[in-house]
This record gives sequence, C-alpha cells and structure tokens, in this order.
Amino acid sequence: MLIAVVIAILITIILALVRALMGPTVYDRVAAMNMLGTKTILLIAVFAFLGKRYDLLDIALVYALINFVGIVAVLKLVEQGNLYTSGESVDKAGDK
Amino acid sequence: MDFINLLSWFCFVSGGLLGIIGGIGLHRFPDFYTRLHAAGTTDTLCAALILLGLALQSGFTLATVKLFFIFAFIFLTSPTASHSLANAAVLGGLKPQLDNSVSK
Repeated sequence: MLIAVVIAILITIILALVRALMGPTVYDRVAAMNMLGTKTILLIAVFAFLGKRYDLLDIALVYALINFVGIVAVLKLVEQGNLYTSGESVDKAGDK
Repeated sequence: MDFINLLSWFCFVSGGLLGIIGGIGLHRFPDFYTRLHAAGTTDTLCAALILLGLALQSGFTLATVKLFFIFAFIFLTSPTASHSLANAAVLGGLKPQLDNSVSK
C-alpha cells in the first residue's frame, strides 16, 4: 500500500515539473519547485517506511528546513537582484 | 490493529488524491495566483495526511516523533512560503488575469 502513495507522489512531482519547465513567469517556476520540494520530503519519508530504514526521516527533516530557506532565498534574489543587501539599504542607495 | 490499518489506508488514499488534485490544478489553471492557490492549499493537507498515515503505521516509536517534527515544520513553513511567494509576485508587478467583462 505504500507503493500506491509513492506512485501518487511521483505523478504529482511530474505534473509540478512540467509546470516548472513551461511556466510563463519565474513565480510559477518557484511555486512548482516549492510543491516539488514538499513532495520530495514526503517521498523520502515514505521510502524510510518502505525499506524500514528510519534514519532517512532525519534527512527528510533537514530537507524540510532547506526547502523553505531555499524558496525564501530565491524569492529575495528575484525581488532584489542580489543576496548581499537588505531591502532598506537598497532603497537608501536608490535615494542617494 | 486492523482498524488502525484501515485508518492509515484512508489517510494515504486521501493524501495521495489531494496531491494529484493539487498537481492537476498547478498544471491547468490559467493564472499564477490561481495556480498558487491550488498548489498552496492542497500542499499542507496532503503532507499532513500522508505523515499521519505513516505515524499510524509505526505506532509509538521514535519514528513518530520525527514524523511529528517534519509535520510541524511543513505546517509552519508551507503557508509562509506561499504567502511570501504571492507577496513577491505582487511587489514584482504581476497582475492577476481578470475576466474581460469585469475589467471593462
């Protein structure tokens, strides 16, 4: 029965990957990658139960954190064009 | 034991179905905001249901604690990521696609 969950998650990943490849805007791609990351976490968790290797759950936990930080970093990069300034300093530099 | 198995099956089936529905919505909706709605709302519940099914399979072990932590992180970060994505799209100047009769 875990195989059915794996197949459902893989179908969802394929649909999200198609949207990430043909998305018109960059935000579509980021939304698709966010969904793909969440489904990857679930896939790792299901694989941990499928092979009775419960250490993989730690990897899923770390992947959940990295996924969120990565999405926010990509959004900041899209919005500001760089990753080394905060929004306020960009505004002050623009005023001067 | 049998009842718990049945409950776990129910969680797996509804979670997988929600995931596929979210994927179809992400694939077929016409606009970025509707796509984000389809992806962001189904994502959290799909993850919660599948993790609950796995927790029912494992019983009271260390694996359940780890699954609970994964669920807590997803439950906190997935709506936050969706909100910040929509916020970045609005600030980036992406207009929602309106019906013609409404916009005129």
